[in-house]
Amino acid sequence: MKRTFAAIGVSMLASVAAAQSAAPFTIGIITDMSGTYSAITGKGSIEAAKMAIDDFGGKVLNRPVDIITADHQNKSDIAGAVARKWLEEGTVQALAEGTNSATTAAALAAAKAKNRVMLVTSAGSPIFTNEQCSDSGVHFGYDTNAVARTIVGPLVKQGKDTWYFVTADYAGGHALQSSIVPLVEKMKGKVVGSVLHPFQATDFSSYLLQAQASKAKVIVAANAGKDTINTMKQAAEFQVGQDGKQAMATSLLFLSDIKAMGLPIAQKLYAATPFYWDMNEATRTFARRFQQRTGFAPEMTHAASYSGVLHYLKAVQASGSVDARAVTQKMKELPVNDFWNSNVRVRADGRVLHNFYLVQVKTPAESKSQFDLLKVLSEVPGGDAFPSIAEGKCAAAKDGK
Amino acid sequence: MKASFRNLLFVVLVGAAIVLAPHFVYPGFLMKAFCLALFACAFNLLLGYAGVMSFGHAAFFGTGAYAFAFVAKSHQLEPLTAVAVGTITAALLGLAFGLVAIKRHGIGFAMVTLALSQLVFFLALQPPLNQYTQGEDGVQDIPRGMLLGVLDLQDTLTTYYVIAAIVVIAILAIRRIVQSPFGEVLLAIRENEQRATSLGYHTQRYKLIAFVLSAAFSGLAGALKALAFQFAVLADLSWHASGEVVLTSLLGGLGTLAGPIFGGLLLTGIESYSVEINLPAQMVIGIIFVLCVVLFRRGIYGEWIHRRQARLLLEEEGRRSPTSQSPPCQHGGAG
Repeated sequence: MKRTFAAIGVSMLASVAAAQSAAPFTIGIITDMSGTYSAITGKGSIEAAKMAIDDFGGKVLNRPVDIITADHQNKSDIAGAVARKWLEEGTVQALAEGTNSATTAAALAAAKAKNRVMLVTSAGSPIFTNEQCSDSGVHFGYDTNAVARTIVGPLVKQGKDTWYFVTADYAGGHALQSSIVPLVEKMKGKVVGSVLHPFQATDFSSYLLQAQASKAKVIVAANAGKDTINTMKQAAEFQVGQDGKQAMATSLLFLSDIKAMGLPIAQKLYAATPFYWDMNEATRTFARRFQQRTGFAPEMTHAASYSGVLHYLKAVQASGSVDARAVTQKMKELPVNDFWNSNVRVRADGRVLHNFYLVQVKTPAESKSQFDLLKVLSEVPGGDAFPSIAEGKCAAAKDGK
Repeated sequence: MKASFRNLLFVVLVGAAIVLAPHFVYPGFLMKAFCLALFACAFNLLLGYAGVMSFGHAAFFGTGAYAFAFVAKSHQLEPLTAVAVGTITAALLGLAFGLVAIKRHGIGFAMVTLALSQLVFFLALQPPLNQYTQGEDGVQDIPRGMLLGVLDLQDTLTTYYVIAAIVVIAILAIRRIVQSPFGEVLLAIRENEQRATSLGYHTQRYKLIAFVLSAAFSGLAGALKALAFQFAVLADLSWHASGEVVLTSLLGGLGTLAGPIFGGLLLTGIESYSVEINLPAQMVIGIIFVLCVVLFRRGIYGEWIHRRQARLLLEEEGRRSPTSQSPPCQHGGAG
């Protein structure tokens, strides 16, 4: 009798232990599933993260890795509240994505408070590795500093040394212009003029005609999303940037933006990106796998989601911890290696130093398939694409921590 | 006697619900629901009682949040004082809006307030003000601080109780306002402005006061939200937020005190619930709104109250007894 009880007791204990060790290790992805940014993040980022987990082997610290997702509807309060709820209840061990900079900041604040890691994979603001840098945030993918540097260097070297700005009149537009101007001037280029347009304007004709009349060799659409699409549509109507003497450039461009414009309108536009699916055999293989799952080609944000989750899991395995400081320190020690990055470093301020590429949109004649949209023109190594820590505003990293 | 007992029971039940709720539901969502409920009550004070339709209330909500953020973060002000600063700033903005808009009626008034609120939105987005609002990044990491220098608000549960208490007091204040002679005049203006003027009331002055009060309570709601979530972002200033508060009030029931509260809880509930199951929240809310307009135009709570009153009236007529009782938390029918 006693033996039976003991046996039952032991088996119960064993099953409890088994249940505990098998408790999933969960990463919470907070993203936009239904709104403006759902095409460049959303479902694609989730699938990319799942692919990273599969490639890692599905288990970390002997626990199966799992994902839960939340649709923040582009509201910071929802992003922040979900993040806090998950972390306070112990549902997740890390957060990922965030989408735009305000929702990302809200989720990152929760990660900081609870001493967990947040993988920033789609916000473009450099604040996460500057003013708001911390042990919790690691920024994968692009930011506006890097795209500015990637556009200016190669284009000025090509002899395109006079620049004109059509800038969205809000903080983001001004920030972009003010980060590009000194770079142009440093390379002995010249800014011949600029014009501000209201945020989400519909009529760009007068701005574009001024830009055309300026005879600047590069016209920068220092705006984003719908504004860029409208700028380009109207530039095509007035044949601005199509004559071979002037070129149109924008800061960052997603494949879905090009799809929205159509190649006849977007053709010859210059932009910068850390990732394009058709760069080499490895990226093409990834894109095929990705497309089988989602039906579209991966954006740079999707690649960042893959890279972030994979590198995070490696660091957790190596450090045996989920504590923000321990994990991010390990993430900074280990080089980022995957289908896209080879031996890419994570800097002390949390910045992942991806290589960046100057790209140009193909003409309809050059494009051979549905997602064959970009030509990669030149490469800027990660160390040059980002301002150094000394130029930045991350106090903790400057102190040489 | 019976009515006062029921009132007491109601107060006790609501109090118990507020105290116990955070142990069942995540306090973050509750705080948001309370802030939205207060915002809707403030809006309802204007549309439901004075019959003035504003489509720019996000300006006050967002300004309250940003003003709170500015003094709490840059000047490390004590949270209650910072909330007061947010409220007063919103009230002043409301006075400015009101002076411009109050002579317009109906759709004209709505459009002027929409235009003014868009003006505020773009001012917040552009230089030079964006150095205070941080543009589209929003002001983040606002410290919660020590309430009156003694109560540490680091703990989310403490913040929850503080916010719940302020919201309850504010809603009681709104109740007091609409049940006062001033509130009666507002109702008279809503029903027939010309007649109110002919009775000797300076209707524009009354409407302006109602507008400023509504702006102040909206600012209070915004400041409390910034306190709860520790950030102030542009979304609070956008016309989406103005639309949302109209929706909340209509869904709950215009011209009733509890209606907007109910609407706020319902909308936040739907929004929060759909977050983790990846339901397109906006679509669900849209469908509910369409159903509401088609099936119960007085709003969910408004319709219930209306039917209840109709039933009470019938019973009364049956009994021929003159004593009537009205539920504790409502006033008048829907307009």
